[in-house]
Amino acid sequence: MATQTTHPAETQPAAEPTRPGQHYRPVVDIVEHGDELLIVADMPGVTADGIDIHFEDGQLTIHGQVRPRREAQQRYFLEEYGVGDFYRVFQISQQIDPARITADYAEGVLTVHLPKAEAARPRKIAVQAR
Amino acid sequence: MVTRRVNVWPNLGQWGDALDRQFNELWGKLAHVAPVVAGGVAYPSINLWEQGDNLYVEAEIPGVKAEELEISVVGNELTLKGRRAPAAEDAATFHRRERGVGSFTRVVRLPVEVDNAQVQASLNDGVLLVTLPKHEAAKPRKIKVASTT
Repeated sequence: MATQTTHPAETQPAAEPTRPGQHYRPVVDIVEHGDELLIVADMPGVTADGIDIHFEDGQLTIHGQVRPRREAQQRYFLEEYGVGDFYRVFQISQQIDPARITADYAEGVLTVHLPKAEAARPRKIAVQAR
Repeated sequence: MVTRRVNVWPNLGQWGDALDRQFNELWGKLAHVAPVVAGGVAYPSINLWEQGDNLYVEAEIPGVKAEELEISVVGNELTLKGRRAPAAEDAATFHRRERGVGSFTRVVRLPVEVDNAQVQASLNDGVLLVTLPKHEAAKPRKIKVASTT
């Protein structure tokens, strides 16, 4: 049932981030609910005021600032992941209503709600029987 | 199925060549760390380090609620258990599904003995930090040299 509008493609960041340090690409789920598109991103260690969400020309940018949790020269017995900002860009080809985009953040998970534009909403057409 | 976040920029030269002997020795002990593997990758990924009299274990477990997390220390093994619910019911249309869901268990063998009774854990914004005070016997001790002159 895939149509040409249903696959938000990722794009390269339009510009290089200017903040120093490493940037990570958060893993995401992209879910379509009746009248909205949900982007759910794992961004542990970010505080709500360090999240920057930008939508322009169908391009959604998510940037989460992570405060360094210890000194850079810390040595580890085990180091399986690095700590740094989260950054990811999505090309949203669905028609959405930019004015009504909302986001919430809890337990390290960012959820962005992208309500579909009126024209793109599913509509049930009643058939009149005569 | 569990997914691990991938570092885009490989962290090169992390291990300098001048590691001191004690550190090397402990690293050797860690070769026995036996993670419980889910889907080929141990989850959650952890960082383990020492600072002063404590060992610290940090793990990124976004979306896991504190009440769904179980942490235990037996001997020198730390066990992290938990589960994460999916972002939406299976009936929803997933255009992309990268986030792992379900239960996980990971056992971490600690390099030094710890004081089990004093272990503390906190979970903030999806980051778990477990503080494990070293056992008395494992703490560094300064030895006074007695001179007989």
